[in-house]
Amino acid sequence: MRRFVRQAAEILRGDPAADRVVPPTGITARLTLFTAAAMAFLAVFALALSLAAGRLADRWSEELARGATLRVSAPAGEMEQQLAAALRVLETTPGVTEVQPLTDDEQRALLEPWFGPDLPLESLPVPRLITFQETGGGYDPDGLRLRLQAEVPGAVLDDHRRWRRPLLAAASGLRVMGWSALALIFGALGAMVSLAANASLAANAQVISVLRLVGATDDYIAAAFVRRFTLRAVAGAALGTAVGLAAVALMPDTGDTGGVLTGLGFRGLHWLWPLLVPLLAGAVAFLATRIATTSVLGDLP
Amino acid sequence: MDLVITFDNVAYSYGGGELLTGVSLDIAPGSFHFLTGPSGAGKTTFLRLCYAALQPTAGEVRLFDRPAQELGRDGIAAIRQRIGVVHQDCRFLDHLSVADNVALPLTVAGRDGPAARRDLDDLLGWVGLSKRADARPPELSGGERQRAALARAVIVSPDAILADEPTGNVDWEMSQRLLQLLVEFNRMGRAVIVATHDLGLVRVAKKQVPARVLRIANRQVTAAGADL
Ligand SMILES: Nc1ncnc2c1ncn2[C@@H]1O[C@H](COP(=O)(O)OP(=O)(O)OP(=O)(O)O)[C@@H](O)[C@H]1O
Ligand SMILES: [Mg+2]
Repeated sequence: MRRFVRQAAEILRGDPAADRVVPPTGITARLTLFTAAAMAFLAVFALALSLAAGRLADRWSEELARGATLRVSAPAGEMEQQLAAALRVLETTPGVTEVQPLTDDEQRALLEPWFGPDLPLESLPVPRLITFQETGGGYDPDGLRLRLQAEVPGAVLDDHRRWRRPLLAAASGLRVMGWSALALIFGALGAMVSLAANASLAANAQVISVLRLVGATDDYIAAAFVRRFTLRAVAGAALGTAVGLAAVALMPDTGDTGGVLTGLGFRGLHWLWPLLVPLLAGAVAFLATRIATTSVLGDLP
Repeated sequence: MDLVITFDNVAYSYGGGELLTGVSLDIAPGSFHFLTGPSGAGKTTFLRLCYAALQPTAGEVRLFDRPAQELGRDGIAAIRQRIGVVHQDCRFLDHLSVADNVALPLTVAGRDGPAARRDLDDLLGWVGLSKRADARPPELSGGERQRAALARAVIVSPDAILADEPTGNVDWEMSQRLLQLLVEFNRMGRAVIVATHDLGLVRVAKKQVPARVLRIANRQVTAAGADL
C-alpha cells in the first residue's frame, strides 16, 4: 500500500529521465489515447442520462408522495352523512392510510384565493375534500370506485398521480442503467489499458531486461510504464469529456417538462460531475497498468 | 569488510548435466581474479551466479554476506548497483545515445546529477568514446561497444566489477587501456573478476597487480598453475 501511494506521488511529480529509458511506443500510445477519449465521451452521456433520470424519478416520487384526494359533493343537509360514509369506505379499503378530511379552516384557506376570506362554508354547496396516502402495496382504484359508487354516490376519486407510478419505476430503472453503463465503460477502459500495457511490456522485454541488469528496481521500471499510461488515459479522457460536454450543452433543452430525452443535460452543480471522468479514467489506468506490470515483471528473471 | 562474493559448495545445471559441481571460493574486497577456461566451460555461467542472474541448483552463493536466494527482486536490484557487470554480448538500450547508456546505472539509481555528468565525460574520454557519445549503440563497432560496456559497468563506482571477455574485440593497445582502467579500480579497493581467453593480458596484469588466475575445467574452478 505504501509502495502504491509512493508510486502515485511519483507519477504526479514526474521523472523525465525515467520516462526516456523506455522507448516511446507509437501505436499503443495513440490507441490508448483514442480509447480513453471515446470512453470518456460515452461516460459523459451515461452520466447525463443517470442524472436526468434521477431528477425525473425524484420529482415524480415527490408528486406521488402527495397522495390522492376524494371529493365529496352533496346537498348541504346530507354532507355530514356522506362525508362520514366516505371516510368509512376509505378506512376499510386495504392499501389506504392516513385518511384525513380537510378541516373547515384548511378548506377555507384553499378557496380563499377565489372567494375571499369570509366564505360561509356551511351554507354553500362546496365539495369537501379528503386526502389519503396509499401504502407501499397500493390499493385497487377500480374496486374503490365501485364501492364509492354504491355507498357514496357524490364522491369523486382523484388519483391522477397514480399513473405515474410505472413511469417512476421506469425512471428509476433508467437511472440504474445509467450508473451500470458508467461502471461498464470504466471497466472496459481498464481492460483496454491492461491489454495495451501488456503489449507494451512485451514489446519492451529487451529494454526491461537491460534495466534489470544495471540495477533498476521493479518499482522504477513499473513507474515508467504506469506513468505513461495514466497520463495518456487522463489526456484522452479530458478530450473525450470536453467533446461530450459540448455535445450535451448543444442538445435542445425543453426544460424539465420534456422528460428524459429532451431533459438530458446537467443542471447547476451537476455540471461538475463530468470533471470526475478524467480523474476516474486516470485512476482506472493507473490500477490496470500497475497490476499488469507487477505480474509481468514478477515473471522475468 | 565483508567478503564480496562467497561460493559454498555451489553446483549449477541448466537442466542437462551439471556444468559446475562443488565450487567453493571467496572473492575478497580489493582482490583481482582472472577466470580462464575453454569455451563452453561455464565462465559466463559462473559470473551470472556472481550477480544473481542465476541461482545455484545446489549449495549457496553469498553476495556481501547475504545468501543470494534470500535477496528478493529489490535486493537483487540493490546488489546490481554495487556490482558492475560487463556482459559478453554488451546489451544496450538502442534508443538512447551512448552517453545515456553509459550513464544508465546512475539514472536508474536516481544519481544522475551534474557532477555525475562530468565523471561521465572523463570516463568516455578514458575509453576513447568522447566523439561517439551521441551515437546510438547499433552504430558502434564491436570494440567500441565493449568499451562502452566497461564504462557503464564502472560508472557507479561499484564495490566489484565482473567483466566477461571485455577485450575480445579490441586491439592490443586498447585492451591495455581497458585493463589499465580495471587495475585503477582495483587499486581503489574494488574487487575485479575478468573472464578472458587472452593469456597475454593476464601476464601484463600480473606485472601490475597481484592477480590470481582461476581456471574452469571439468566442472571445477581451480587456481591455475604458476606458469601464467
Ligand atoms: N541459458 C542456457 N540454457 C542452456 N544451456 C546454456 C545456457 N547458457 C549457456 N548454456 C550452456 O552452458 C555451457 C557453458 O556456457 P557459458 O556461456 O557459461 O560458457 P563460457 O565458458 O562463457 O564460454 P565462452 O568462452 O564461449 O563464452 C555451454 O555449453 C552452453 O551451451
Ligand atoms: Mg562466455
